[in-house]
Amino acid sequence: MALQTVLFSILAAMAVISALMVVTRKSPISATMFLVMHFMTLGGLYLTLHAQFMAVIQVLVYAGAIMVLVVFVIMLLNLGKEESLSDRVTSRESISVGLAMILGGVVIYAFTRGLHPASTVAKEIVNRNGTIEAVGKALFTTYVFPFEMVSMILLAAAVGAVVLTKRHLA
Amino acid sequence: MLSLPIEYYLVLSAVVFLIGMAGVLTRRNAIIIFMCIELMLNSVNLTLVAFSQYMGDMAGQILVLLVMTVAAAEAAVGLAIVLSLFRNKQTVYLDEINLLKW
Repeated sequence: MALQTVLFSILAAMAVISALMVVTRKSPISATMFLVMHFMTLGGLYLTLHAQFMAVIQVLVYAGAIMVLVVFVIMLLNLGKEESLSDRVTSRESISVGLAMILGGVVIYAFTRGLHPASTVAKEIVNRNGTIEAVGKALFTTYVFPFEMVSMILLAAAVGAVVLTKRHLA
Repeated sequence: MLSLPIEYYLVLSAVVFLIGMAGVLTRRNAIIIFMCIELMLNSVNLTLVAFSQYMGDMAGQILVLLVMTVAAAEAAVGLAIVLSLFRNKQTVYLDEINLLKW
């Protein structure tokens, strides 16, 4: 019990700090590295939820594949630091942070004290079985049609990426 | 064995979501905005996995798998768009890109 709380607090603090770092770093490559750290902590949080397969996929797909793609693009573009235009966009920044705060307040209120707080719906972890077996069974029986459709999305994305980066198109 | 209240996970994901949203609204670099969108997608994934495990329904985790696939597709296409933008305009800063501004 206590161990769970301690683990959650550490991972949650790391997740929030690394997310803040992603948003505030000037250099894109260090933002990327903090995003990788954020994905790792999310994998840890999935483990505290007993969703092992999700944790593995999180690290493999996000921290592995997607972030490597982002780092490649940053290297290709040879981006420098974002020059500080903070004095020009200060009103825009403050307005957007204020809007984000309002949205966050509404969402947190809805989750904790709204008409049906989440804890009245779900009290404790019922499913301690987040293994690949459980996920696979659901994926290949009930949800086999969405699973097939997703392959079409991937095909369209692969073709689209090739077409978009082709130099002389028609 | 007692487990944590689900609100812990929900509030954490709401906080991460609004950090990502503030990032999308304030940053100018297209790649960093793209990463902030990934941040928001991931915070929603955390909500989905938490509800899936607390209510004993696998549908949430299947949905997370689908979201991850769509995010991967979005990464490929989005970065291709950024690359071709950079090739045409030599910049990735969104307020210098005004092709559609009339």
